[in-house]
Amino acid sequence: MAPGFGPRERGALLAGRAAGQVVRRLGRGGGTALPGLIAGRLAPTLIESAAAQLGHGVVTVTGTNGKTTTAHLLAAIARGAGLRPLANRSGSNLERGIVSSLVDAVDPGGSVHDAARRLGVFEIDEAHWPLLAPRLRPRVALFLNLFRDQLDRYGEVDSIAAAWRAAVSRPGAVPTLVLNVDDPSVAQLGEDTRGEVIGFGIEDPAAALPAPEHATDARFCRCGATYEYDAIYMGHVGLWRCRGCERRRPAPIVSAERVHLGAEETQFDLVIGERRVPVAIPLAGLYSVYNALAAAAGAHALGLPIEATARALADSGPAFGRQERFHVEGRTVRLLLAKNPTGLNEVLRALEAAWPPLTLLAMLNDGIQDGRDVSWIYDADVERLAGLVGKLVVSGRRAEDLALRFALAGIEPAAVDTDTRVALQTALLATPPGGRLEVVATYTAMLEVRELLASMSGAGHYWEHDE
Amino acid sequence: MNDLARTIRVVTLYPDVMSIYADRGNLIALRARCRQYGIGCEVTAVGIGDGLPADADLVLIGGGQDQEQRRIAADLAARGVRLRDWAEDDVAMLTICGGFQLFGHFYRTAEGEELPGVGIFDVTTVAPAPGAPRCIGDVLADAGDLGEVVGFENHGGRTYLGPHARPFARMRHGFGNNGDDGTEGAVYREAIGTYLHGSLLPKNPAVTDRLILAALRHRYGPGVKLETLPPDPYAERAHRAAAAVARRRGRPNP
Ligand SMILES: [Zn+2]
Repeated sequence: MAPGFGPRERGALLAGRAAGQVVRRLGRGGGTALPGLIAGRLAPTLIESAAAQLGHGVVTVTGTNGKTTTAHLLAAIARGAGLRPLANRSGSNLERGIVSSLVDAVDPGGSVHDAARRLGVFEIDEAHWPLLAPRLRPRVALFLNLFRDQLDRYGEVDSIAAAWRAAVSRPGAVPTLVLNVDDPSVAQLGEDTRGEVIGFGIEDPAAALPAPEHATDARFCRCGATYEYDAIYMGHVGLWRCRGCERRRPAPIVSAERVHLGAEETQFDLVIGERRVPVAIPLAGLYSVYNALAAAAGAHALGLPIEATARALADSGPAFGRQERFHVEGRTVRLLLAKNPTGLNEVLRALEAAWPPLTLLAMLNDGIQDGRDVSWIYDADVERLAGLVGKLVVSGRRAEDLALRFALAGIEPAAVDTDTRVALQTALLATPPGGRLEVVATYTAMLEVRELLASMSGAGHYWEHDE
Repeated sequence: MNDLARTIRVVTLYPDVMSIYADRGNLIALRARCRQYGIGCEVTAVGIGDGLPADADLVLIGGGQDQEQRRIAADLAARGVRLRDWAEDDVAMLTICGGFQLFGHFYRTAEGEELPGVGIFDVTTVAPAPGAPRCIGDVLADAGDLGEVVGFENHGGRTYLGPHARPFARMRHGFGNNGDDGTEGAVYREAIGTYLHGSLLPKNPAVTDRLILAALRHRYGPGVKLETLPPDPYAERAHRAAAAVARRRGRPNP
């Protein structure tokens, strides 16, 4: 019997497992949240005691964009290095999702199976990280970026930055912080910790944007002055320096150099200290470089060798709904999640690298997980695709809003339909046989269209997706 | 129509600081609508410390977080005389959320700090006590001869109209100025203040047309006419869809 679990926690685990089995049997989603919800209710300290059993400790991954992909890549690296990563699945990144994954990892006797080889790799919602981190006691805390996202739900970006700062400066166990030095709001967390800091960033001004984007979410240094940039990679992320004080982008320990952005894959030199290894990842877009780099920096913080990192990055597939590919009716469908202005800008940039004319299905939902306020689409540079789109189909519950956004950008939709199934069929018909359909969707729209794509192509349900 | 000799001069105030919740959508829609009319649209961005152009036909300002409002407040106040003169001279204005608040008399932050406004609208705004809910949600409001306006609001501050202020619209769904009195925004001469963010002009072409006409009249005299085009079909459909969403899930008001 596991030393960490009391009778109450064991009961809670059994109840959670039973709930997960029932949900799965009923075909009602993958049970990624409910088991954790139930078990967490019955035994509120379960998360602490289960996490404490993991032999290699816990890594948390937080930030606005890239959590799922980064955690997915880091887990792949850890697996390649002989560990058994335990991750929350399918973007279920609140407490219940983490408890659910712990519930799944516990054997009927109540102990975490193969605990000695276990490493927790948990993606955590950026607003919940300050609450969950003290309970998970991570060894390594990885921070990706901080962009505006769902302002209707989370309030202003500044309040999340302040909560992160307060949390990392709290007394108690101190994790190693893995920080994106290119994002000033993330980089400056290094000032607040007593622990070790490992910075990662891109060292390739050739990959910079020709002009700043409109969606820029950190303008002011702690001293009150504005930032200036030698190069901007996306949004407010780049080679920054404060106009008013000594603060500037710290030199990264883990960096990407000689970045090459292809239509399908991305290449760069992964540089860690004195070591340099060329890496090719089967993911498009500069944001994928950041995710890979973050995973590599996380692996470095865990002491995993750079060779294992490069190998795993090259071999790993996309995470759920993030550049996943499906083969449907003789066409290839690529599914790209875009849930906020910077995320959408990055996806649009990745599409610019694809072969025009594009056939595009764009989907906008306004569920709680998408954000009720859909006006954020005006912060993204949809105009980028003008002249590159051959056929555009627009869908989602707010299809009319998105159709208007594209029309204002000079890209007239060929069809607008709020029904996902109809829109997908229309878009597939608009795609030449053997050609490719690009699907860009907000979170819940992505879940809906992915379910259809999975059943049409014979790929699995989303809860069967993770290894 | 299609008379390219006609051009309106637009000033956007602090576009890189005061543009949260996609306020730039208003400028995108304004430009597109001017294109449909064949009217030129000359845009000058004015940041902190920049000089105001000698003249303008239309002024736009968006919203920002408290920190950003604090940052522009003094610079904006220093331009108060000029902006008030413009408003009296019937320059069209669209001021949104934080910008609207600072076009009133003052905005008192949660910390009790009073940011002076330029006082074009007879309104005052007070941040609520800490912990009070923000006013967030879908809005449907009746803007008189402009018809129903739709949008999304997201603000902490509660705005109260003074005796000389007229509301921009009467609430049907959503919070509006303060959640209590059923008013949304304010109007003074050709200036509009509102809490509806960046998709206001895209989805409410009647408001866009009103601003363009006012700007044309400022530039070319009160006799100028705008043969109003029908709303863009995409705008009309988005308006209808947003109105349906607000009716379904917007907070009924009153
Ligand atoms: Zn500074």
